[in-house]
Amino acid sequence: MPNIDIDAPGSNQLFIGNEAMARGALEAGIGFASAYPGTPSSEILGSLAEVAKKRDIYVEWSVNEKVAIEEGAAASFAGIRSLVAMKMNGLNVVIDFLSTITLSGIGKKGIVLMVGDDPSAHSSSNETDSRPVSKWLDIPLVEPGDFQEAKDMMPFLYDISEEFGTICILRSVTRIAHARGNIRLGEIPKIAHKARFEQYFDPAAPMPTPIMCIPSSFRHMFQHMRIDKIREKFESSPYNKYVGPEKPDLLIITAGSGWLYSQDAVNALKAEDRIGILKLGTLWPLPEKLVKSCLSKADKVIFIEETDPFLEGVVMEYAAGFSAESKRNMFYGKQTRHLNSFGELTPDAVIKAITSVLDIKYAPRDAEYMKKVEAVPQDHVMDRLLTFCPGCPHRASFWAIKNALSMDGRNGFVTGDIGCYTMALGPAGFFQTRTHQCMGAGAGLANGFGQLQRFGFDQPVVSVVGDSTFYHSIIPALVNGVHNHSNFTLVILDNGATAMTGFQPHPGTELTAMGEPAVPISMENICRAIGARVEICDPFDLKNTTRTMLDLVEQNEGARVAIMRRTCELVRQKKDKKPYKMRIDPEKCLGEDCGCNRLCTRVFRCPGLIWDPSIGKTRIDEVICNECGVCADICPEGAITKEAVA
Amino acid sequence: MKKLLKDPINLVVAGVGGQGNVMVSLVIGNALVHEGYFVTIGETYGSSQRGGSVMSHLKISAEKQFSPLIPEGQADVMLGMEPVETLRVLKSFGNKNVVTVVNPRPIHPVDFTGSGSGYPDLESLLEQIKSMSAKTYVVHATDEALKMGNAMLANMILIGALLKNGLLPLDEAALAAVIKEMFPKAVAANTKALKLGMELVSIL
Repeated sequence: MPNIDIDAPGSNQLFIGNEAMARGALEAGIGFASAYPGTPSSEILGSLAEVAKKRDIYVEWSVNEKVAIEEGAAASFAGIRSLVAMKMNGLNVVIDFLSTITLSGIGKKGIVLMVGDDPSAHSSSNETDSRPVSKWLDIPLVEPGDFQEAKDMMPFLYDISEEFGTICILRSVTRIAHARGNIRLGEIPKIAHKARFEQYFDPAAPMPTPIMCIPSSFRHMFQHMRIDKIREKFESSPYNKYVGPEKPDLLIITAGSGWLYSQDAVNALKAEDRIGILKLGTLWPLPEKLVKSCLSKADKVIFIEETDPFLEGVVMEYAAGFSAESKRNMFYGKQTRHLNSFGELTPDAVIKAITSVLDIKYAPRDAEYMKKVEAVPQDHVMDRLLTFCPGCPHRASFWAIKNALSMDGRNGFVTGDIGCYTMALGPAGFFQTRTHQCMGAGAGLANGFGQLQRFGFDQPVVSVVGDSTFYHSIIPALVNGVHNHSNFTLVILDNGATAMTGFQPHPGTELTAMGEPAVPISMENICRAIGARVEICDPFDLKNTTRTMLDLVEQNEGARVAIMRRTCELVRQKKDKKPYKMRIDPEKCLGEDCGCNRLCTRVFRCPGLIWDPSIGKTRIDEVICNECGVCADICPEGAITKEAVA
Repeated sequence: MKKLLKDPINLVVAGVGGQGNVMVSLVIGNALVHEGYFVTIGETYGSSQRGGSVMSHLKISAEKQFSPLIPEGQADVMLGMEPVETLRVLKSFGNKNVVTVVNPRPIHPVDFTGSGSGYPDLESLLEQIKSMSAKTYVVHATDEALKMGNAMLANMILIGALLKNGLLPLDEAALAAVIKEMFPKAVAANTKALKLGMELVSIL
């Protein structure tokens, strides 16, 4: 497949939205890009990293979002266009910096923050809508309505950023960022980037000043003036448009993926002559005159947008302001419960909302077919649980943690964090994890639980984090725990990659995003330097890992650390052959008659192990099994055997 | 580029995480874009996690870019990589005109309840699938791929089956170009699998 920098202007490519944005940034002539991985934003930096050396730009996976955005700002301050990318959770991490750079302004060259929102939280711990941040912090924000716009909006936004001296946000959602569509490519300019931090001529001050956010109230006023000018500029933006009849029965106001769903819905309902659509791309500041002229076209207005009623709120605010001089509209949307303000939009939800407002009948399937749908037995479409991959070290780690906590016998539990191992909330990790919030929260919570002995608390607490999470946000919590004698065990599942988001490197790995040698930062050295006892084990050695874990838990004082180290199975299988040939001896497997209560398929539950009711024994699915060998150590009858492959 | 009999053509690819669902939609999508069509692909995905239900929605148009999700009951073609997942998707997106290609090889779910009720009866599953499709092609793709020494080739066999029954505006040459582009190190095996899929459908 072609890289995003394919030199074929005018050609059509099938790109995901994130690749389109990365291509757009290249066409805008960026020289610097930094990010922390997070779905649905990771492919932006990932695809830039692949072409960074060739295009002579600097691309970095940073330790966390806050450092990433501060680095991006430095590039802008020194005259280099920079891109910073993150998911919406990352936006929360950088709010403090954003609230000051919006006052201080930027350097000579533009900076764009790309935020990937995840409505329905397909791969997230929340489904926060990033758009209100733009209004709250006075930062211009645009949202692409299709894949072509995802690319084209990048150069547009850099021009805005430089013309008005402000950081800008490009918000996209999963159904644009992670969906694929046609992109017509433009030219990538050849730029000899030259960085220098020079005397800064501040548009808000009469003389050169440091790039600073004080005097804050004055700069706050200045930013408001800037936003007013940008609103005027956005009135004629090509990313806002009205399509439909001059006097429609219903006006849809929409943005982002809602634009695509709205067109699909109008098409499905064959209502092109009844419905007009105002598609908005520049969401903050929202062009007031354009909104006003469109509101005058129709009495009924419905808002189709992902997650929060953001446009709905802003447009109704505007409408309240000009209701004295023009007619009043009927507004429909999330506030009237025609659409939900949680979960993602779907074409069906949009169709349903429109049919309800316009009283149109719509039946996607005939009654005869619906009878067949309803007759499908429930057990024919049983639920499929997400689980760890066959051969995943996490399954073994949680097996050891579960057994150690069980042997300890004091009702210990795990505080969880963000990564593949979040699945330990469920059967994949034997229900060991009992809390789940944001990046780093598990270690902070463990600090707190670990101080509650004085109030009678006597349960062991285990904070389980991933390796990338450790560098991102765990270190301060461990410092706090050791310093204050908090009683908990920190387990770092070190699988050598940021696995959940696509195996990005992190500060513990040996290569940078651009494939150059990095200085690997030793997590055990950090933990020991902080003053914690550190034990390192291989989770596939179940016996030793369980014993080590039990010993750490029973220490019952201070913050101590277990590093469970084993390469991610998906990374391993790209490099190595399967290590074992696994077999189940049907003579030895006693099935339901064994005292084990079918430990392998009912409790351990690796997808490579199948219970075969026809023979009353366990089988191995040779298509699924990765032959890691771990299950050989859990069968009490020794029916599962592993034979090393030469 | 041909005008489509129906525009857009809605294709759903259904399977289990880890089977290669995304790759299948990418192969088909790239071939169609090379031919000049608009293609939109929406995916349900669970990070790198495996074992969950996954599907891709492809909307193929000669006229415009559609949204990445297919509305209820609007699939024209179903590519089922696994029988339970095929039936699940027919329930939501099937209709009396849908044509289905299904790989009958089960992927067992991890036992959630511990009840050991196991996997539903395969014959019964296929009966349901047939009754909910205008036409059904049962293609033993995994079994054939295992004979070729690599279970993942099942995906290319299924694409071959889809190609041969004429449901998509694609021919073998268009696929050959994409195979070269996407699998430069495994052109021979993938080409062989594609042809095999085409033959298997001819026999049915």
